[in-house]
Amino acid sequence: MPKPKVAFYWCASCGGCEETVVDLAEDLLAVVEKVDIVLWPVALDFKYKDIEAMADQSIFATLLNGAIRSTEQEAMARLLRRKSRYLIAYGSCACTGGIPSLANQFPREQILKFNYEDAPSVVNEAKTRPQLVFEEDGRRPHLPELHHVVRSLDQVVEVDYYIPGCPPTPKITQAAVAALLDGRLPPKGAVLAPDIALCEECPRRDSKPTDVAFTEFKRTHQKLLDPDKCFLAQGVVCMGPATRQGCGAQCLAGNMPCTGCFGGTDRVKDQGAKILSSLCANIGPKEEAGINQVLAGIPDPVGTFYRYGLAKSLLRRKVDLPMNNGK
Amino acid sequence: MENATPSPAGNGSWSPRIIAFFCNWCTYTAADLAGVSRLKYAANTRTIRLMCSGRVDPQFILEAFAKGADGVLIGGCHPNDCHYAEGNYKMLRRFQLLKRMLKDLGIAEERLRLEWISAAEGEKVKSVINDMVKKITALGPLDLPGKFADWDREMTALAHAVESAPVEKEVAHA
Repeated sequence: MPKPKVAFYWCASCGGCEETVVDLAEDLLAVVEKVDIVLWPVALDFKYKDIEAMADQSIFATLLNGAIRSTEQEAMARLLRRKSRYLIAYGSCACTGGIPSLANQFPREQILKFNYEDAPSVVNEAKTRPQLVFEEDGRRPHLPELHHVVRSLDQVVEVDYYIPGCPPTPKITQAAVAALLDGRLPPKGAVLAPDIALCEECPRRDSKPTDVAFTEFKRTHQKLLDPDKCFLAQGVVCMGPATRQGCGAQCLAGNMPCTGCFGGTDRVKDQGAKILSSLCANIGPKEEAGINQVLAGIPDPVGTFYRYGLAKSLLRRKVDLPMNNGK
Repeated sequence: MENATPSPAGNGSWSPRIIAFFCNWCTYTAADLAGVSRLKYAANTRTIRLMCSGRVDPQFILEAFAKGADGVLIGGCHPNDCHYAEGNYKMLRRFQLLKRMLKDLGIAEERLRLEWISAAEGEKVKSVINDMVKKITALGPLDLPGKFADWDREMTALAHAVESAPVEKEVAHA
């Protein structure tokens, strides 16, 4: 019997997800033995046209990481969807938009202008910007266009399974790959990580007070952090209560609070709204001035609560941004 | 809250849709009082009764906007009057941060409003709703469902190109 074909692809991502695949270390070899890798741009040389020539649904599974932000990424997402039996959103960016989707707070023109003209490290007096088509030595190369909106994979094509995390851990990756190869598949649309909040597996769980009454919020660099005590009890924003477990609480072991990369549990529609709800309900003061003084410790609620999921939040994007280069 | 729902203006022109979350013990009772007192106020609110303003999950508010509400009004008991002692304070604290977060996400402050309205204040239900309708009418429609559709239009060209490509058959030499 031919080995099942597997593809890895990356879109708007940092490469950390690819790193996790490599972090499978020797276990990767066991996987490679069982499958036939047909596309993996970060490690192996295949051409898009090879994928285009394949029969529809002939790839057993595609693990796609990264958000969808350009026409090239969108076209590849659509192509791989067509060619794959199972399309898996791999990592926070593909699952919920990830850090790239924080760009959904700004107009595209502002982002391009900053990156090609205004950033302190840029020298570009001619204000040259990449063009979609240009002519050079009689050739006409094309470049992908940046979309105005950053999207999660399932906002572009249908997704079969989700493996969350920034990046996903080798452990849940391995479990997911094993489940796929053995045909032990959960219902379509499932997130392949435990459906319970991080606090449940947190080593600091016992020090979480039943009644937190926040009198201030401190950011991690503003305070000496107790390595054993619940971050909420220390007045530090921890996304744990609104975040799915499965990461093994690694950040907490490194004395850093959870920033929410695994996204919410199945019951949560909007991770940011949920953590806002939980944190705010537990603020000490009862009158506006006192409440706002405590809340001043959270200067950027969008960036803090939607760090990995603005694209998949209920509002998706700053709602009054233009869809053209004007304004 | 489908778009097929007729506009409260009744003549085909736009008029705001406001989702109102009222607590069972104070504001909903006040709205009842406004009703039995035959007070007339703008017909733009769709009221949802909850046991307490502390039950208003910020997800409800975001979802209301995402599904087409132009404004969200929350009514609860005055401070110290909450039937459950603390619920209205929880709402107030959430409201303070949510207001700031919505502003960062481009939703005007006037679209979200929190009011303490006791069971005796039928008149206040009327004045608050009328005032809110006036302010949101001035702002114009929020229309997030329309915006979402507009945002996704940048994908139609490619969706068509890739999905209409001929179906590939398995090649024998592969």
